[in-house]
Amino acid sequence: MEEKLTLFKNRKRFGIEKNIDIIFKNTSLVLSSFVAIILLGIILVVFFQSFESFSRYGLKFLVTSQWNPVKDEYGAFTAIYGTLVTSFLSLLLTIPLGVGTAIFITEDFVPKVFREIIGSFVELLAAIPSVVLGLWAIFVMEPFLRAFFVFLHSFFGWIPLFSTEPAGRNSLLAILILVVMLLPIVTAIARDSLNQVPKKLRNAAYGIGASRWKTIFSVILPAALSGIMAGVLLALGRAMGETMAVTMIIGNSNVFSWSLLSPGYTISSMLANQFGEADGSQVSSLFYAAFVLMILSLVVNIFAQWLVKKFSLKY
Amino acid sequence: MNSLYYQKRLPRNIGDKFLTSLSVISALIAILPLIFLVTYILIKGGSQIAPELFTLEPNPPGDDLDAGGINPALIGTLIITSIASIIAIPVGVGGGIYLAEYSKGGAFSRFIRFGVNVLAGVPSIIAGVFIYALIVSTKILFGSMYSGFAGGMALSILMLPTVIKTTDEGLKLVPNELRYASLGVGASMYATILKVTLPSAFRSIATGVVLGIARAAGETAPLIFTALFSYYYITGFGDLFYEMGSLSVLIYNFALEPYDAQNKLAWAASFILVLSILSVNIFSRILAAFTEKTKRV
Repeated sequence: MEEKLTLFKNRKRFGIEKNIDIIFKNTSLVLSSFVAIILLGIILVVFFQSFESFSRYGLKFLVTSQWNPVKDEYGAFTAIYGTLVTSFLSLLLTIPLGVGTAIFITEDFVPKVFREIIGSFVELLAAIPSVVLGLWAIFVMEPFLRAFFVFLHSFFGWIPLFSTEPAGRNSLLAILILVVMLLPIVTAIARDSLNQVPKKLRNAAYGIGASRWKTIFSVILPAALSGIMAGVLLALGRAMGETMAVTMIIGNSNVFSWSLLSPGYTISSMLANQFGEADGSQVSSLFYAAFVLMILSLVVNIFAQWLVKKFSLKY
Repeated sequence: MNSLYYQKRLPRNIGDKFLTSLSVISALIAILPLIFLVTYILIKGGSQIAPELFTLEPNPPGDDLDAGGINPALIGTLIITSIASIIAIPVGVGGGIYLAEYSKGGAFSRFIRFGVNVLAGVPSIIAGVFIYALIVSTKILFGSMYSGFAGGMALSILMLPTVIKTTDEGLKLVPNELRYASLGVGASMYATILKVTLPSAFRSIATGVVLGIARAAGETAPLIFTALFSYYYITGFGDLFYEMGSLSVLIYNFALEPYDAQNKLAWAASFILVLSILSVNIFSRILAAFTEKTKRV
């Protein structure tokens, strides 16, 4: 009995070590809360900086397209329209291509080695900086597609989207470079969610006589839908916030036009262009635009996370 | 009787063939331009590489004769990315340790994990706007406005979510038996984390962190109005608090110049940037595949 007591006596930890343990834990706690502090800080700072412009224009800022630093009148409709149109249209083009490629990679059309090479190549492309894509778009894509845009205008000019004479940089080019940027994201996430669908579902479908594509459309895609949707939403958030490649190729014009063949603006390209040289109430208006962009991407992101949580695979 | 054999003409088989070819076509449409893009960047950029590029300052645009080199931008990228890493790695690893080792899945840790995902989705230019409002316009850093330091801080905001996530996930993969064994022989919690769990998760954390650094090195949007750009050599420690060039901003500025010499410099800079980012990616991929193989044995 006494021996046991001395044993317990020796198991007492030194005071210093105990303190270090507590300090260590609390430091890591503080460090992890930095994320929340930064996030709140970003929201608050951008909001308060935009306050002057917000109180002056209110929600009218969102629907008027005057952007005139000389007269000191600001409305961001052109940029907001540009942001929404470029991101949604680029997504519309990316989804079939990306999901089609993901199906190609996950089915056994070609030997596994090729599929793995294609898969990792697509992932590598996501690592290319967007400013380099912008450089490429200016010097290779724009000259290459010029003839195509002229063709598009002469045949479909009656559609408002193609109603202006193409001249140099325009919104459609921005949409196309966004497709190049989003494709790796959508493909990688769609591939991962397709891979996560259990094999037995596929075998069951084959077993009752479904053809390959019947299986894909009625069993595999529905099972992977939530993952693919979340990936698509993440890509949408990325497209809205994408700055460099778009700024370099969209033409940066604040004159509103429905046409995709005329130069346009997005919120992020407006920030990239004007922030450095702005002063006075223009700065506040730019912060207001930044706040709009932040809210847009926050909503998309939070919705994506909710979707993943709500509909994650339950097999 | 025939129904056991594959019949080409059946509508379902024709439909299948059609959809299969659609999928192949979409894969081709997706991949061919991408292959073209990468090879073009590597060939066009690679042909501009010359030794004096690495030692000279870029000449201000205007004189069309000689564009000079990219030395300040190259060094600037290294410095700015290092500042970002020095800030983001300790904070991120520490935060990840809390999430993986201490938190018990309560409201706080769920909120932080959610915040990490949201922060990862914040557009990179917003990070620049934030640092501009916080540091550049207030001149809080010894009265300097645009500075390499501010640029590094903006980049660190973008790196932070990646570092926390990889630390959190890397630590969660460490088997609990290791922790029990360490705690069981009387080690305290911090000793267990520092001497047992962190070292055994080191490789996966390091891979994720290196990929995050590579990603940050190519970011432009947070730098264009925090670090701005500079044409001059970086000579000393004090230059941290002045405008600082970087490869990515150099590409952006010089791509929009009407002069051929500057454009060529932009191509050369993108060659260096893309090559280093791709090689970091490929190297870490090979390393990951290699460790997976050794684990299986």
